[in-house]
Amino acid sequence: MSAQPIDPAQGEVRATFEGEPISCSPGASVAAALIATGKRGWRETKSGATRGLFCGIGVCFDCLVEIDGESGQRSCMIPLREGMDVRQAKGPGGTGEEPRGDARGQELGNALGDAVSDARDEEAGE
Amino acid sequence: MNSQATDAPRPTGRAPHFDVAIVGAGPAGLAAAAAASDSGARVAVVDAAEQPGGQYWRHRSEAAGVPEGGEYHHGWKQYLALRARFDSGIAAGRITYLPSTSVWMARPVAGAVSGAAGASGAAGASGAAGAGAGSPGPLASHPAFALELTPAHGGGPSPVPSIRAAALVLATGGYDRQLPVPGWQLPGVMAAGGIQAFVKQNGMLPGSRFVIAGTGPFLLPVAANITQAGGSVAAVLESASLMGWLPRAHRAAGVPAKGIEGAGYVAAFIKNRIPYRIRTVITEILGTEHVTGVRTARVRSTGETIPGSEREITGIDGVGLGWGFTPQLELPVQLGVSTRVDVDGSLVGIVDETGLSTVPGLYLAGEITGVGGAPLSVLEGEIAGRSAASSVLGAQGAVTASERRILARNRGFAEAMHLAHPVPAGWADRLTPETTVCRCEEVSFGELGHAHTELAADDLRTEKGLTRAGMGWCQGRVCGFAVSCLSAGAGAVGAEAVPSAESAAHSLSQSAKRPVAQPLPLSALRDLQD
Ligand SMILES: Cc1cc2nc3c(=O)[nH]c(=O)nc-3n(C[C@H](O)[C@H](O)[C@H](O)COP(=O)(O)OP(=O)(O)OC[C@H]3O[C@@H](n4cnc5c(N)ncnc54)[C@H](O)[C@@H]3O)c2cc1C
Ligand code: FES
Repeated sequence: MSAQPIDPAQGEVRATFEGEPISCSPGASVAAALIATGKRGWRETKSGATRGLFCGIGVCFDCLVEIDGESGQRSCMIPLREGMDVRQAKGPGGTGEEPRGDARGQELGNALGDAVSDARDEEAGE
Repeated sequence: MNSQATDAPRPTGRAPHFDVAIVGAGPAGLAAAAAASDSGARVAVVDAAEQPGGQYWRHRSEAAGVPEGGEYHHGWKQYLALRARFDSGIAAGRITYLPSTSVWMARPVAGAVSGAAGASGAAGASGAAGAGAGSPGPLASHPAFALELTPAHGGGPSPVPSIRAAALVLATGGYDRQLPVPGWQLPGVMAAGGIQAFVKQNGMLPGSRFVIAGTGPFLLPVAANITQAGGSVAAVLESASLMGWLPRAHRAAGVPAKGIEGAGYVAAFIKNRIPYRIRTVITEILGTEHVTGVRTARVRSTGETIPGSEREITGIDGVGLGWGFTPQLELPVQLGVSTRVDVDGSLVGIVDETGLSTVPGLYLAGEITGVGGAPLSVLEGEIAGRSAASSVLGAQGAVTASERRILARNRGFAEAMHLAHPVPAGWADRLTPETTVCRCEEVSFGELGHAHTELAADDLRTEKGLTRAGMGWCQGRVCGFAVSCLSAGAGAVGAEAVPSAESAAHSLSQSAKRPVAQPLPLSALRDLQD
């Protein structure tokens, strides 16, 4: 680990968004690659509005995409990697017929109470 | 006991155990890690980002070998110095660094000896003896805290699903505080800090011509970096009058580095002909597919817009909005620390001068003790890391007289800044019934108003239940402050504009309670047992 990288960046990273080529310099985010193609928005809300970047640091979830089949990924946080298959977000928070709301958060909120008390019980025996 | 966390088997086996765990590798967390490691403690550092630096020192990818000369950064030399201490701690085996990893839950370990007072006496001797160069000895004390981990992105389990520590330093920083404005949901509208982060991380701009608006000195480096990166700034709009600085000028003078930094921005503004307008706000953001312009107006100190002062700025493709910062308090709140409302209206954790919170063994540093900028965060991190290590190793970690002086000066500056750049009165008067307030659930100002006036929702929790505001992906991180103000009846012109400290504290502490601090795959719950 070095604070001053010695090797200069080489070439560019190539991937696809909805099958179309996107690219950016090494280390840049998926969002940067989308912006570089001139896109400002890439996610559709339930009301049909377009969204792209907002907070830029992983807090707001406006920039969601699907990456290599994994949904709900924050494009502002993730460096583009060679050959990534990036898709428009589907499901809650993206387009689609799922119920209103954050399924992930909801499910968790409910599951979590139990998980926390289970974990506490076990911890007591540690 | 497995000290090489990355080799830890999973999902069975005991969670790796450290003297001090630190969450966050920004200015505060990095300094805390360096100080704790220098004190001889065995340290774990967990950070959601791919590389250290936090928001202030976010930089180009080291993994991809992109050179970083620090041209978009202040205090880059200080970063390199901290980073050298951090890296040598890793090389010596005293620091286990877990990047790209989020802590989604923190909890006390039941039945543990209290991390601070209880453990130190008994464990001091072995800890001190084991602190020899490069060969950390046995761990000093019983774990008091458990941190549950998940990869910051992607699927699957974290290589290290859980860690334990005798003392914990939380340095989770913050994010841009937002107020809704008609049209702010259009692509191209970003948090001011988000633009800054994008430039620092990617070396490119998320647009070409911007308007930056909100309040606070932070708007200046954002505009300066945009021009440095080759973009242009049509205007910087500051809602405050700046007169607020006059009675507090001596506090600014107490921190000369800030003055020098400020002078640099003035020079950049003159050179790039960036108009800097005070007492001016955006009243509406224009565009259909993405932002193309803004309407602006001058405001009175009481909050009303001045008739005839309206203007339109067109030909832009980016807007940056920022109203100060909101500390990220999920983890402190999960652990039950006492909180207070700071002068800027943010909910922050209560700490003593060593950074110790009201929970034994739990230290807080950086923005979560009160938004005050990177230099203050570094100093707080240094003190908290050192104090946490000494509480576990049984050594002395007292705050020096000079540290105390610098802390006081920086706190004084931060307070002056907050008072000179308040959230402006009357901001809610510029919303229309259709204005989106909660971006995730697309809840409008009209819906929130109905819940407040017709259904008597007077706090965030009730508003949430009735309207779903704050219940989407971001869990109210973006709309929480605005909804808290609106549900407490604020937003009107004049004294009504900001809720009473009490109702704000109540409302904000409700919104800081999130069962999950960071998003995680459900598999993380499955693997929780250990
Ligand atoms: C987007 C943005 C840009 C900024 N740019 C500037 C600037 O240019 N100039 C300036 O003067 N100030 C800037 N600031 C303010 C500045 O960030 C702070 O003054 C300073 O960085 C605070 O340091 P910190 O260590 O407290 O927090 P941060 O620097 O915010 O670091 C916090 C770290 O904690 C990590 N973290 C948080 N929660 C978790 C979790 N649950 N699990 C794992 N990791 C977690 C984050 O990934 C982050 O790396 C900016 C703020 C933001 C939000
Ligand atoms: S832009 Fe907010 S999460 Fe990516």
